Amino acid sequence: MMRLEIRAEACPYLKFAMSKRLQARRLDGIDHNPWVEFGKMASEYDVVNLGQGFPDFPPPDFAIQAFQLALNSDFMLNQYTKAFGYPPLTKILASFFGKLLGQEIDPLKNVLVTVGAYGALFTAFQALVDEGDEVIIVEPFFDCYEPMTLMAGGRPVFVTLKPSPTQDGELDSASNWQLDPTELASKFTSRTKALILNTPNNPVGKVFSKAELELVASLCQQHDVICISDEVYQWLVYDGHQHISIASLPGMWERTLTIGSAGKSFSATGWKVGWALGPDSLMKHLRTVHQNTIYHCPTQGQAAVAQSFQHEQLHFGQPSSYFVQLPQAVQRYRDHMIRSLQSVGLKPVVPQGSYFLIADISDFKTQMPDLPGDADEPYDRRFVKWMIRNKGLAAIPVSVFYSTPHRKQFDHYVRFCFVKDESTLQAMDEKLQKWKDELRP
Amino acid sequence: MSLKITNAKRIEGLDSNVWIEFTKLAADPSVVNLGQGLPDISPPIYVKEKLSKIAAIDSLNQYTRGFGHPSLVKALACLYEKFYQNQINPNKEILVTVGAYGSLFNSIQGLIDEGDEVIIIMPFYDCYEPMVRMAGATPVFIPLRSKPVNGKKWSSSDWTLDPQELASKFNSKTKAIILNTPHNPIGKVYTKEELQVIADLCIKYDTLCISDEVYEWLVYTGNKHLKIATFPGMWERTITIGSAGKTFSVTGWKLGWSVGPHHLIKHLQTVQQNTIYTCATPLQEALAQAFWIDIKRMDDPECYFNSLPKELEVKRDRMIHLLENLGLKPIVPDGGYFIIADVSLLDADLSGMKDSNEPYDYKFVKWMTKNKKLSAIPVSAFCNTETKLQFEKFVRFCFIKKDSTLDAAEEIIKAWTGQKS
Repeated sequence: MMRLEIRAEACPYLKFAMSKRLQARRLDGIDHNPWVEFGKMASEYDVVNLGQGFPDFPPPDFAIQAFQLALNSDFMLNQYTKAFGYPPLTKILASFFGKLLGQEIDPLKNVLVTVGAYGALFTAFQALVDEGDEVIIVEPFFDCYEPMTLMAGGRPVFVTLKPSPTQDGELDSASNWQLDPTELASKFTSRTKALILNTPNNPVGKVFSKAELELVASLCQQHDVICISDEVYQWLVYDGHQHISIASLPGMWERTLTIGSAGKSFSATGWKVGWALGPDSLMKHLRTVHQNTIYHCPTQGQAAVAQSFQHEQLHFGQPSSYFVQLPQAVQRYRDHMIRSLQSVGLKPVVPQGSYFLIADISDFKTQMPDLPGDADEPYDRRFVKWMIRNKGLAAIPVSVFYSTPHRKQFDHYVRFCFVKDESTLQAMDEKLQKWKDELRP
Repeated sequence: MSLKITNAKRIEGLDSNVWIEFTKLAADPSVVNLGQGLPDISPPIYVKEKLSKIAAIDSLNQYTRGFGHPSLVKALACLYEKFYQNQINPNKEILVTVGAYGSLFNSIQGLIDEGDEVIIIMPFYDCYEPMVRMAGATPVFIPLRSKPVNGKKWSSSDWTLDPQELASKFNSKTKAIILNTPHNPIGKVYTKEELQVIADLCIKYDTLCISDEVYEWLVYTGNKHLKIATFPGMWERTITIGSAGKTFSVTGWKLGWSVGPHHLIKHLQTVQQNTIYTCATPLQEALAQAFWIDIKRMDDPECYFNSLPKELEVKRDRMIHLLENLGLKPIVPDGGYFIIADVSLLDADLSGMKDSNEPYDYKFVKWMTKNKKLSAIPVSAFCNTETKLQFEKFVRFCFIKKDSTLDAAEEIIKAWTGQKS
């Protein structure tokens, strides 16, 4: 049989044109994805990839062993498990987080296992956000919050974390980036359905303080709003800072969904196991969405995560706990990166938590304003592309984490991921040294 | 202050789910579970072996490509190119999803809009209706109808669509038709002529076809699985869905895929990047490796795509025999791993079952699970509310079960028939 390579682009007369509109309207404005673009560039050039947020070191041994056990024990783990979560996993999530949140958590009513925290976010938006509902999003935000709001027919309402000016010579800190209480309060209307909070925050690395959370909590209660709390980086906190779950504050459990990630907790992003925790009155709607979208999550990954949590429960709070060791190690990587980036004139903002820091590139914008790019392209995007092509370092422009109207305003920061192996940081140093040498007259 | 917790309208009325109810019922370990479509046979050894080696490979513990792990989409392209006349671009014409369920969701969310109509053939895999409703569209149902058969074993091929009735369901609002072949629960394998009727209507009314082909390898002697996307004029308007779970007996891996032209797949990809972003890495790599083993030996009887249907045909025939012994009228499936049977002839005493509003088959399954320790699934669960009565005498049995499970079922049936006589 002769095989023809039939491609619609090559044969215009075969071009598919439906008389009615093809794609659903819910996809309007959400088809573009920055990760595809920058990921592609990073793979095309010889770069040290400090862009996408994933560790390039392995998960801890006990987690790998847990996965191997899941793959090699009961062959029935190759088959479907319970739709809302593999029972040993929902059980341990309930007991582990019940203690942390100071709440009685029922594994069947208050826990849903999802395909990554990404899946939990999607499920929450679809369950609770309706056509015309407003969703308050704190900028800069993990980029999926806006399209997920739009796909649910909601209207994103942005409120910006604003950096306060720093002293000369002092490094900026993520804790300086704050919400203006009056401005925040003004964003709540009778149409506000939810507020999405991310602490520790991606990309800035801010860890919201108790006072800041109390402010958000009081507004949510006053305006009867649901809080979706993305806490994937909850263990990645540095310098003695404390991660606080807003669901543990008075009056908040009944109106909060707390989202977590095994990928970030156990440095195994490829397992794609996440969860949502919350009151049954909210969770039942997430379960409805779940059973009509993917229905089950893969079994073995869940078994591995359950086993990994068993380990952590035994070692909780002790020096042997991964949730203690990981932030200790990563803090050193953070500090290394902060020192190194400064050598070429990048100005890092010290993060209290998360995988990332952002670096101010204003000096570069002043010195080399005309980097190649599209006419309307924000400076930071052009800078990142230039850096990939010319300096062998990949990062992410922070304007992708802002709403379109604010991108021009916040086009002078670049995000770096420091959850990388020592060898990667050394490779980064080599690239930076070369860059520094090129700066000398 | 109390919370004005209002759920989004899109999930209104979609909260009940037959599986949640019936798997709970069958969870009692003393019950022989022929309900949910879950193999209790072991997956092929090389599949398990591939997976167990994977965990040790570090890079596979981190994110992979969102639209599908590179080695997997290459394997899928290579496999399916054998069936299509065109080459398949692994990056643009394939999407890997969370099970075939995820592909159905991505297809419907990506391509079906509020106000669209979607034709669903009854009985239908139960998620089609709620997914269409969740997209704000209207499901339009058409039943498979059976011709009366005398002196011949009742077969899934006796269940057909009336071409005129089908044509009457299409109009200018019809955005898609969902096709399932081999069919769950009846086991029908659509013939060339039947698919041509559907294809002609899709082309005439400029309609998409979402073809759920998860049981594509499970066809029995005398039958051939045909892909509607290979019919003239159909590649450009069809999404073809497959499942690792059903292909390799690993339902818990939850990996599926959509194959189609880029102008359709790109919209499913948009849904993906706004829903789960990427599927788990290690399982995708293991699946790719398992595929390469079988792709290389497709004409070999040892190839799982050939050996599994052979193994299942024996189980099918055994199950048919058992159900006939019980006095039921089973419909011999040409494909898939389910059998439906008319249970009304048993005239079981269901008076003890509460909730007289439930269809007959719901009550029958609950009674059978409780009193005979044998579970199955009521076929009216695969019907829409208005037409549940058309199929309420039928119950679905799954036969992808190990011999000891079928032995236990046989024991129950022997005792049952013993009690009857």
